[in-house]
Amino acid sequence: MQLSRFARPYEADRPPAYPLQVENVFLSFGGVNALSDVSFTVGVGEIFAIIGPNGAGKTSMLNCICGLYRPQRGRILYGSTNLVKSPPFHLPRLGIARSFQNIELFSHMSVLDNLMLGRHVHMRKNVFSALLYWGAAQREEIDHRRFVEYVIDLLEIQNIRKQTVGALAYGLQKRVELGRALAINPSLLLLDEPMAGMNAEEKEDIARYVLDINEEWGVTIILIEHDMGVVMDISDQIAVLDFGRCIATGTPAEVKENPDVVRAYLGKG
Amino acid sequence: MASEMQCGVFHETYKSDMQVRPTTMQRARIVLAIVFALALPFILGSVEMRIVNGVVIAAIGAIGLNILTGYTGQISLGQGAFLAVGAYASGLSSVYFGFPWWLSIIFAAFVTAAFGMLIGIPSLRLKGLYLAVATLAAQQIVQWVIINWDPIDGAIDGRTTDALNIPNALLFGNPEWRLNNNEYAFYFLGLAVLALVVIAATNLFRTHIGRAFVAIRDQDIAAQVMGVSLFRYKLLAFALSSFIVGLAGGLMAQYSTAISFERFTIEVSIEYLAMIIIGGLGTIGGSIYGAIFIVLLPELLRLLGRAITGTDTDSIRAFNSLLPFLQQGVFGLAIVLALIFEPEGIQKLWRNIKDYFRLFPFRY
Ligand SMILES: Nc1ncnc2c1ncn2[C@@H]1O[C@H](COP(=O)(O)OP(=O)(O)OP(=O)(O)O)[C@@H](O)[C@H]1O
Ligand SMILES: [Mg+2]
Repeated sequence: MQLSRFARPYEADRPPAYPLQVENVFLSFGGVNALSDVSFTVGVGEIFAIIGPNGAGKTSMLNCICGLYRPQRGRILYGSTNLVKSPPFHLPRLGIARSFQNIELFSHMSVLDNLMLGRHVHMRKNVFSALLYWGAAQREEIDHRRFVEYVIDLLEIQNIRKQTVGALAYGLQKRVELGRALAINPSLLLLDEPMAGMNAEEKEDIARYVLDINEEWGVTIILIEHDMGVVMDISDQIAVLDFGRCIATGTPAEVKENPDVVRAYLGKG
Repeated sequence: MASEMQCGVFHETYKSDMQVRPTTMQRARIVLAIVFALALPFILGSVEMRIVNGVVIAAIGAIGLNILTGYTGQISLGQGAFLAVGAYASGLSSVYFGFPWWLSIIFAAFVTAAFGMLIGIPSLRLKGLYLAVATLAAQQIVQWVIINWDPIDGAIDGRTTDALNIPNALLFGNPEWRLNNNEYAFYFLGLAVLALVVIAATNLFRTHIGRAFVAIRDQDIAAQVMGVSLFRYKLLAFALSSFIVGLAGGLMAQYSTAISFERFTIEVSIEYLAMIIIGGLGTIGGSIYGAIFIVLLPELLRLLGRAITGTDTDSIRAFNSLLPFLQQGVFGLAIVLALIFEPEGIQKLWRNIKDYFRLFPFRY
């Protein structure tokens, strides 16, 4: 594949999109039920928010989708694949990428290298050509660098691309993590509190990127976020978790009216 | 940042930006190093060349270990065992199969790679110190086998010996260039292998495979989510690392008239760890600096001793009996200092000095 032939590189190597069907997922740690029979469906092209108080099970839900946690019961279907049974490193091949709540970047690498890792699954060249770095292996690196630069431009992080990630400010690290996930060229993007700890202006930037990625690239997005203003503004569908149970799903307007939600969550805020 | 903003260097294509040595200064440094390396045998006598050859072999071994420990984050106390497997694979294949020296060294690299992968299997479950203990077990088992299994010392005709005698190897079939007694012949072979290893390792870390290794070291969960199979890449790191250590082991064997277990003990494993810690974890250059430091240290101490004691035989003897302790002390101190002050080792120190002078007199 020659990325350079595409004006919009994200059209080049993205796996097909499917709806994500979460069916009766049950996960417990000892006595704590982190998720009790949670079900919802995320349609292709949606921005789907998962909200709920601290400890409600939002991150656990993402970890189940990623294969990092193994729920005791239930299925998570993406196309014909049951994610509950597939190892985490298969995710990017299926077109699923995620960011983490507590930044999990490769802190000794440069911003560029972190993003290049997103291209990992798209690279084919074997060990022997890597050791020689001749022709094909070199062309492959350069080709994927082009995709990464496209992401860098989108997220406006050109001026830090060579810096070591560990030394960056928190807000920038969050942005780099979004970029790393995006470099995978996903059809489904899972974002765990991408705006946490940011000021209003930074939040607005991230919200704009999320909308761009969704509308321009056509990526389905699952978003965990505590800022209700942002959530109500940008999401198409919302699922509300409370103590591991999914107490409501629907459009922002529907969820706002739901008495259970008001009691469990919005009432407090 | 000083190191990023070198005045006057702009890259117009990704290709030039992704070159390993983009600036003229850096290129000049490489050329200088090559000239220096080629000039050494013309300056030094064969006694000094013996030490230099020790540095060359150690540098190859240290690069191998650094790929595994420095870059991929898998601590290994089994370096001695890996070297032993390489050395004995090379020696035994020369003795029993009559392999020529070059074939026996390549054979050694492959055998050691296979052995490394075997030892690497527990690394999927074990991390940090637990993995270190598992590799320590490998170290002890290999040592036990070498000591107790007779055929490994070439005792075919019923005689048991303590060491495996290595047949003489000739470079290009020239009887003047016997690898185990012509220091100069061996130097050029060792230097060529070192150069190839440096180039291959540098290339590796410019590609997605090398990046996957570093990703595993920095954040293994995120690495998985980015599509890196931990099992596959950890095993690959073990294989590549041991392949290179096997080359070093093979060279050690062909450089010797005989090999025995004393050269592959746990102390050797620790010495190699010291090389990469002092030189710089996760750097190719650092592996070489570390090898130079650790190999030269006892020689320097000996010189120092001679300067202090003069020619008086009694004080020379007294100093020599102190030497091992002194050596251990300096050695330990260097590791502690490296860990405290400059966790990235000599390589980082060098970079700091360079940055200082590059921007001199404009510090910003
Ligand atoms: N690895 C784990 N081991 C034990 N308990 C866990 C583990 N992961 C999560 N839990 C528990 O599961 C529950 C849900 O946690 P989770 O992190 O999913 O909440 P959350 O909705 O993401 O909260 P927050 O908004 O604070 O991020 C909590 O009670 C938590 O203590
Ligand atoms: Mg969470």
